[in-house]
Amino acid sequence: MLRDAFSQPRSKPASAVLVTRREALTCGFCLCCLPSPAGAAPRGLTEVGPDIFVRSGLHEEATLANAGGIANIGFIVGRDSVLVTDSCGSLVDGQWLRAEIRKRTDKPIRHVLITHVHPDHSFGAAAFAEDQPAIIGHHALRAALEARGEFYRKRLAEALGPDRAGVVVYPTEEVRDGIEIDLGVRVLRLIAHGRAHTDCDLSMLDVETGLLFPADLLFVRRVPSLDGSLRGWLNEIEKLKRLGVSRAVPGHGPAVVDFAAALTDLTRYLSVLRDETRKAITAGVSIADAGRTVAQAERNRWALFDDYNERNVIQAYKELEWE
Amino acid sequence: MKILPLALSVALIGATPAPYVVAADTTATSDERAARWKAIAQYIFGDRKIEPTDTLIKLDAPERAEDAALMPVTLTMPEKDKIKSVYLVIDDNPSPLAAHVSFGPAADPGSLQLRVRVDTYTNVHAVAETRDGRLFGTVAFVKASGGCSAPVASSDDEAMQGIGEMRMKFAEGAGPGKSMQATLMVRHPNFSGMQMNQLTRNYTPSRYIDKLSVSYGDRKIFDLDADISLSTNPVITFSFVPEGKGPLKVIASDTKNGRWEQSFDTTTTN
Repeated sequence: MLRDAFSQPRSKPASAVLVTRREALTCGFCLCCLPSPAGAAPRGLTEVGPDIFVRSGLHEEATLANAGGIANIGFIVGRDSVLVTDSCGSLVDGQWLRAEIRKRTDKPIRHVLITHVHPDHSFGAAAFAEDQPAIIGHHALRAALEARGEFYRKRLAEALGPDRAGVVVYPTEEVRDGIEIDLGVRVLRLIAHGRAHTDCDLSMLDVETGLLFPADLLFVRRVPSLDGSLRGWLNEIEKLKRLGVSRAVPGHGPAVVDFAAALTDLTRYLSVLRDETRKAITAGVSIADAGRTVAQAERNRWALFDDYNERNVIQAYKELEWE
Repeated sequence: MKILPLALSVALIGATPAPYVVAADTTATSDERAARWKAIAQYIFGDRKIEPTDTLIKLDAPERAEDAALMPVTLTMPEKDKIKSVYLVIDDNPSPLAAHVSFGPAADPGSLQLRVRVDTYTNVHAVAETRDGRLFGTVAFVKASGGCSAPVASSDDEAMQGIGEMRMKFAEGAGPGKSMQATLMVRHPNFSGMQMNQLTRNYTPSRYIDKLSVSYGDRKIFDLDADISLSTNPVITFSFVPEGKGPLKVIASDTKNGRWEQSFDTTTTN
């Protein structure tokens, strides 16, 4: 088990990176980043649609080697300007993306999205400071960043170094329900979701191509992490389904996926998590025992399962035990 | 070597919140941990000797807490007839004594489950006090951080919803006069004083359940004295012997004069 590999720091002093990983994971917040012993550099960009570029993140945790580039991030070029989504996982990750944008276009970067509070999606925003973009987030993002941002920054700084990690950047424009952004003959529709993956999830639809950016409302291959509401997440999935789109850029996974198939996997995991947790609660199984037993049938279907599932069960248990 | 002031009062915690993350504690040496425990033990138990034990009290806690704001802990006391009370101490929490449970005549002190917050890498001590007044202790090291300051909910209003609501679940299979396991759930934010109010950007004043009294009929099962370390919506699993007439009665009170009382019928609630 991956976990066991990390729990043997005695033969070799635990590096700051390992401490960071576990602290991040156990800090009471979900953090979609743990270090891996042999991290690879972030991969390049894929053009997933006309003038839509996405970098697929690695199924790892944030390390010096991957520079925190573990989430899917990218940008869209309109007639007049560029929109970045997500902001990237660190200052250097953001700087890398900015350089990639500048290789392709000189148009101004007017919008940077932060789809939710987790550091792998929020810490690259500072790389775009000189562009003075609107920083766009869910109306609950500011509060979430206030509560957790500094904690995340410290942990990320331990893993990457303080000058590479980035700083907490707050949204300058908050999305309450939905808004549209026009990049010039390119309209993007943003939706602020109810509590789901986190309490501040933002999704985006490219109206012209019908390509959906559900961010971390959609995990593919990497095990989902629950940091908002299990029942809420399943509800928001139903809402996303009604958009009727066929392709999506998940928050983690390949750069672009068949939306229906990806949702089937995600919904199955979340439903198993919900149903087996409920069953455990009804049967009087303790939260500790439930954490070790619930959803184990899903174990071989997801990367990093052992690092997140038990915590997901605890989140689900404390949400569902008061039903 | 650094020792947090052990006499840190409740009011003090509320007024001067500890740093959000005490990363330095993760590197404390074993000597420092031993010295810290010595100071804590002196504060709680005075000059009473704490003998090490593998049999009188066992502590089951995860090596690494999946959620530092909710770490399940199980205490097992196999020689239960000898046990008068148990203490749970989380050495490096801002207020180390997490819980003291004194068992009454209706208790089955064989086991106890609690959910606690863990603020940083720390030793956790469980100490059993026997009926003849001796103390026996055991220890586990736990890795976690940020549990005391993790947000309770999106807003304080939301966190306060349903405060004082209680539920009791009974395990199946207990016969009359036999030991029965029960799980008490209490809705309460258990503000530690270290959580930030996300609207005002100030720290929410501490407000937590500090006393729980559970009895069956007029016979006491246990009294719990608690501190900021119990998780939001405290849950405690205990066992008791339902002899005579019930009901199971719970009185909970918090540090802001909240008081809640509820009775549960052991025959129908299940």
